[in-house]
Amino acid sequence: MSLASAIRDRDVAELPGKRLEDWRWTDLRGLIRVLPEPSEAFAGDVGEGPFDALAEDRRVLINGGVQQIEVQAGGKAAVALRILSRGAGSHAAKVAITLGANARLRLLESYESDGGSVSQTTLTITLAAGAAIERVVLAQDHEDAVSVSQADVLLSPKAEYGQTVVSSGARRQRLETRVMHPGGHATLRLDGVYLLDGKRHADQTTVVTHEGVDGTTAQLTKGVVRDQARGVFQGRIVVAEGADRTDARMGHHALILSDRAEVDAKPELEIYADDVACAHGNTVGALDEDALFYARQRGMPEGVARAMLTEAFIGEVVDRIWFEGARDVVRAWAAERLRA
Amino acid sequence: MLTVKNLHATVGGKEILKGLSLDIPAGEVHAIMGPNGAGKSTLSYVLTGRDGYEVTKGSATLDGEDLLALAPDERAARGVFLSFQYPLEIPGVPALTFIRTAMNAQRKARGEAEITAPEFLKLARQKAGELKIDFDMLKRALNVGFSGGEKKRMEILQMAMLSPRFLILDETDSGLDIDALRIVADGVNALRSPERGMLVITHYQRLLDYITPDRVHVLAGGRIAASGGPELAHELERQGYERYEKAAA
Repeated sequence: MSLASAIRDRDVAELPGKRLEDWRWTDLRGLIRVLPEPSEAFAGDVGEGPFDALAEDRRVLINGGVQQIEVQAGGKAAVALRILSRGAGSHAAKVAITLGANARLRLLESYESDGGSVSQTTLTITLAAGAAIERVVLAQDHEDAVSVSQADVLLSPKAEYGQTVVSSGARRQRLETRVMHPGGHATLRLDGVYLLDGKRHADQTTVVTHEGVDGTTAQLTKGVVRDQARGVFQGRIVVAEGADRTDARMGHHALILSDRAEVDAKPELEIYADDVACAHGNTVGALDEDALFYARQRGMPEGVARAMLTEAFIGEVVDRIWFEGARDVVRAWAAERLRA
Repeated sequence: MLTVKNLHATVGGKEILKGLSLDIPAGEVHAIMGPNGAGKSTLSYVLTGRDGYEVTKGSATLDGEDLLALAPDERAARGVFLSFQYPLEIPGVPALTFIRTAMNAQRKARGEAEITAPEFLKLARQKAGELKIDFDMLKRALNVGFSGGEKKRMEILQMAMLSPRFLILDETDSGLDIDALRIVADGVNALRSPERGMLVITHYQRLLDYITPDRVHVLAGGRIAASGGPELAHELERQGYERYEKAAA
């Protein structure tokens, strides 16, 4: 049961909805009565993507399709991957990414829709031993779009995986990452930012399963919601029996800037091993009024002070992006939204 | 300069200031002393426009302009600066970024051009040097993890850089050891000028050994209970506030 299979079979009964615990807060079954017609091929100009300047290898998927990205053992690559939806049809895309031993990849991925499309992108990301990837995802969907991205990540020992998912929501938007973590000194960073206004909805869901000893996971997600927007964070870390010396930390912090905005958060640690260091923190609140007054007393008008404080709040996540070029793109993107 | 007339103010529905009047001409430093709960911090927040401090009667003007009608940032742009008793920590915002944003906001409000980056850094280096603040500290998030003394010095640094016309120092001596107190007082004294006025709020006389006031006022029961020269501070140190509190009750 998934959006992709519902699109394929043109059957709304296959849409995930409230009855599935994981989809409780992003109920597609209740939302979509009739699936839109399959998207047509699009041949027009698609302009530039947000990361085009940062990668020579540029891939574009329009209204579905398949892409493969392979980095050979010991190789190095930077890819800007644009996943575009044009129009208001339904479609699904597939992306397979494989990294050989000790290969390195910068994956700069963007979701860009321009109307009420219904789409799912399914990714598989496989890292051989010692491989390293940084995946930065910028999801800038249309307010009428329904967009789901599901990535299944398979790590190997000594692999290094860094991810930052940044989103501004959609009518319904879900960005999901599931990671099989073998331990073996593989490290995982799984970060997220969501900045929502209007009636936008963004769901960032992650599931990490530590299956072996000596694995590390560091997770930090921050969100800012205003108007009637709704942010959803579901983070689950499972430490399997015997996965000792796992170090897993999860943080989710959100600012709610209006009375009608909403944040639903479910951080979960399921630990079946004995010798682990795990922690999670979750806070949802308003901007610190004392700090706001302090900044205004120094001469900043309220809008300037609020933007500065919210940018700083998000900045902690942005600063964790390894690649400076992507960090700058994300920081500018966030600043533009927060100052609006 | 600052003229406060018959000021009444409530916090959470409770009247704290009950007819306070004060006149601080340009070039003068006035101290306000008083027991805990007399309304000293309330006065500083009312003058700077903090939410939740409601003026029910009276007026406060700066050079004839009604301060109470202005937003906090508009008051700041007109030159009102409050050195906080408990300076806030601002995670994620380097001190330099914070001060520059504030400075340019004030300049914009006054119709002046923004300060250039080189000019700003030069000024920051100079003032930090004078206040014996390690310049690298200004690259860190403002006040985050700073000691009490460092936070107070950072207040004075902001004051020196923003160059306000009217300064309010709220319990600036609290949390300072004697060396830090001297550095902070030197920084404040360097700002004394015929064009500036200062209001120094303090519980203890100690600070006034370093920043000599022209006038000393006793705040008790929400109004000025007595006024005098610097000698009044010494008298309070010897005799305490008790008789003023009794009279106000």
